[in-house]
Amino acid sequence: MTSTPQAVRRASPRTRPPAKKPTKAPARGQATTDPTAGLLPQTEPVRLLDPDGTPLPARADYPEPPAEALRELYRRMVVGRRFDTQATALTKQGRLAVYPSSRGQEACQVGAVLAVRDTDWVFPTYRESMALVSRGIDPVEVLTLLRGDWHCGYDPAQRHTAPQCTPLATQCVHAAGLAYGEAHQGRDTVALAFIGDGATSEGDFHEGINFAAVFKAPVVFFVQNNKYAISVPLSRQTAAPSLAYKGVGYGVPSEQVDGNDPVAVLAVLARAVEHARAGQGPFLVEAHTYRMEPHTNADDATRYRDGAEVDTWRDRDPIARLETYLRTREVLDDAAIAAIAEQAEAYAADLRERMHIQPEVDPLSLFDHVYAEPTPQLVEQRELVRAELTADRESEGNG
Amino acid sequence: MGATTMAKALNAALADALADDERVLVFGEDVGKLGGVFRITDGLQARFGDRRCFDTPLAEAGIVGFAVGLAMSGMRPVVEMQFDAFAYPAFEQIASHVAKLRNRTRGALSVPMVIRVPYAGGIGGVEHHCDSSEAYYAHTPGLKVVTPATVDDAYSLLREAIADPDPVVFMEPKKLYFSSAEAELPTRTEPFGRAVVRRPGRDATLIAYGPAVPVALEAAEAAREEGWDLEVVDVRTIVPLDDATIAASVRRTGRCVVIQEAQGFAGVGAEIAARVQERCFHALHAPVLRVSGLDIPYPAPMLEHTHLPGVDRVLDTVARLQWDDRPDPRWLAQGSAA
Repeated sequence: MTSTPQAVRRASPRTRPPAKKPTKAPARGQATTDPTAGLLPQTEPVRLLDPDGTPLPARADYPEPPAEALRELYRRMVVGRRFDTQATALTKQGRLAVYPSSRGQEACQVGAVLAVRDTDWVFPTYRESMALVSRGIDPVEVLTLLRGDWHCGYDPAQRHTAPQCTPLATQCVHAAGLAYGEAHQGRDTVALAFIGDGATSEGDFHEGINFAAVFKAPVVFFVQNNKYAISVPLSRQTAAPSLAYKGVGYGVPSEQVDGNDPVAVLAVLARAVEHARAGQGPFLVEAHTYRMEPHTNADDATRYRDGAEVDTWRDRDPIARLETYLRTREVLDDAAIAAIAEQAEAYAADLRERMHIQPEVDPLSLFDHVYAEPTPQLVEQRELVRAELTADRESEGNG
Repeated sequence: MGATTMAKALNAALADALADDERVLVFGEDVGKLGGVFRITDGLQARFGDRRCFDTPLAEAGIVGFAVGLAMSGMRPVVEMQFDAFAYPAFEQIASHVAKLRNRTRGALSVPMVIRVPYAGGIGGVEHHCDSSEAYYAHTPGLKVVTPATVDDAYSLLREAIADPDPVVFMEPKKLYFSSAEAELPTRTEPFGRAVVRRPGRDATLIAYGPAVPVALEAAEAAREEGWDLEVVDVRTIVPLDDATIAASVRRTGRCVVIQEAQGFAGVGAEIAARVQERCFHALHAPVLRVSGLDIPYPAPMLEHTHLPGVDRVLDTVARLQWDDRPDPRWLAQGSAA
C-alpha cells in the first residue's frame, strides 16, 4: 500500500504541492520548434468547478457548456447513480450474476456520452453500464450480459454501441478501425473508446492509439483513471507523470481533467470530440476519478484501500458538486431537483420490476449465431440437444 | 492461360476481389509497395491505390483489431499475417472478438473478414517462420478455416473467403506458393464445406490438407509399385469439415490414413481420425492411422526433413493397415507391456 497514497495525491487538490507556473499548451497549429507542442496535457487536470461546487474563473480553452446541457448532465447523473445502486442491489437478490459499479464516476460516465452524437460509435467496457443507460439503451438490455441470459443484450449496429468489452483494451483497436472505416466511407462519425487505468498497460491500448494516430482516425480515447485495477494501484501500472502523458509518444494530443468535475469533463470531451470530427485525428483524455464501490459486488475493497481514502473522495462527489453549482446559478431549484429524484426512483422501480421477470432462454438458440449458417456439425449437435430436451420433458412428464 | 503459380493465383484473387467490391481493403505488414514478403499482394497498391491496399504499423493484434472495427463499419478487410508464428499476438483479437462477435450479439453484428496466414514449413525457414497453427483456429468456434492445395483452389477459395459472411482464417501453405499448374483464371471450384477426391483408389484412403496433399499424392503414386491403389481426399476446408465425402471414401476403401504436416498431438488429423472411426467403424479393416510432424517445436532448417512427414513415412504407415488381417504388432507389444 506504500504507493497508493502517492497515486491518489497526484490528483488531490488538497495535498498537491503549491502550484508552479502553469505550462500553457501553445495553440494547436501554432508554428513552434517544440515538436511536442499541442500534444502534452496541461500539468494540472482541467477543472471548472471546485470540489464544493464553487465556479473557478472562466477559461478560454474550455468554455463552460450551456446551462441546458448542464441541467441534462445533472439529470442523467442522478438517474445513472440510481440505476447503479439498483443494479448493485439486484446482485444481492440474485438477479444479476455480477455487477461492476461505476458509482462515483458519474461525471465521466454521463459526460462522455453527452459529448457524442447518437450516430457516433461508443466502445464501452464492462464498467460502462451507467454510460449505456445514459445513452438511452434499455437498462434491461444493458444488464443482459450481467444477468446471464445472453452476452450482449442490445443491438450494437442500431445503437452505434459496441458490446461491453471484457478483454481489456481490445476495444481500442476496434474504435480505431471503425473510425477509419467511417471516414473512408465519407461519414463524419467519431468513435469514443472507454478504457480504465489498468487497461492502459495492455498492448492493445498502445496499438489502438498508434493505429488511430497513424491513420488519423477520429477516435477519442477516454481513460477513466479510477485509481485501481481491481486491487492494484495506479503506481503499479505506470511510471508516467499521469496517463494523459501517454499520448505524446504517439503524436496524439492529450488532456487531463478532474473526472469528478462534471462541467470540466463535458467541456474537455466536447473539445476532444470536435478535434476528432474536424479530421485532426485522435485525442486522449484522462479523467482523474475514483471507484467508490469495490471492483464488483464479489470484491472486497477493504483488503487494499482504507476508509479514509474513500472518505476523501466522498467529499468530491460529482453530483453534489454540480447540484450546488446549478442551484447557485438558478438552473435548478428544489422542485426541479425533487422532480429529477422522482424520475430516478421511477426508473429504478421499473428496472427492479422487469428484472424480477425470469427471462426465457431457448437452449436451441445456442446454435443460431455461431456462423451465418450452422455447419453440418452444428446441425448434428442441435439435433442432439433437441433430443436431450425432449427426453428431459418426457421424464419430467412421467415424474 | 498456361502455367500459373499458387502465389499468382492468390494475387489474382485479391485483385479481382478489389476490382469487384469497393468494400474490400487489403492491408498488413509490407503488403503495399513491396507487395508482401511472398509477393502475394504484388502490384495491388499500384493498381488500386493506397486507400485500398496499404501498410500498417507492425503490430498484429492491431491489424486484426483494426479489421474488426473496419468490418463493423461495413468494410471487407483482408489482412495478411506475415508468417504463421507472427500471428500469435493477434490471437486474443481472433479468439475473443473475430470468432465471437456474431454470437455475442445474436447476429446483430458480424465481422466478415479474411485473415491470410502463410503457414507450415519445408522452405528452410528459421525458427518462428514455419509453424502449422491451423489447429488453434479450427478449435475456435466461429471461425472458418480454409487451406488450398492446388492453384485453382487458391484462387477460388480465397474469392469465396472474401465473399463469405463469416470470418475466415485462410491458411496458405508456403511451400506450395511457387508450385504451378495449368489454370484458367478466374475459376470456381467446389464451395466451402466440400472435400474433394484428388485421386480415386480402391485399397485405402489418404486424407490430407494443405501442404500434405502433394505428399499424399506422391505417396499414392509410389504405392502403385507396392500393389496398393490409394485414394487421396483433399480436405480443403477444415471448418466446415466435409464429414460426408471423407466417410464415403473410407467406407469404400475400408482403410484410412490421415496425413498432416503439423505436430500430431491434439491436431486436426486427430479430429478427422476420430470422426472417421465414429462414422465408419463397421467398414474399417484396420485402425485409422495418422501421419504427422513430430511433437516438437518446429526444428531448425537442417533438421526439418526429419520432422516433415514424407512419402516414406506415409508408405510405412500404409503398410501397417492390417493387409493380412493381423493386428499391428506395435500395439500388441504395448498392450502386453501394460
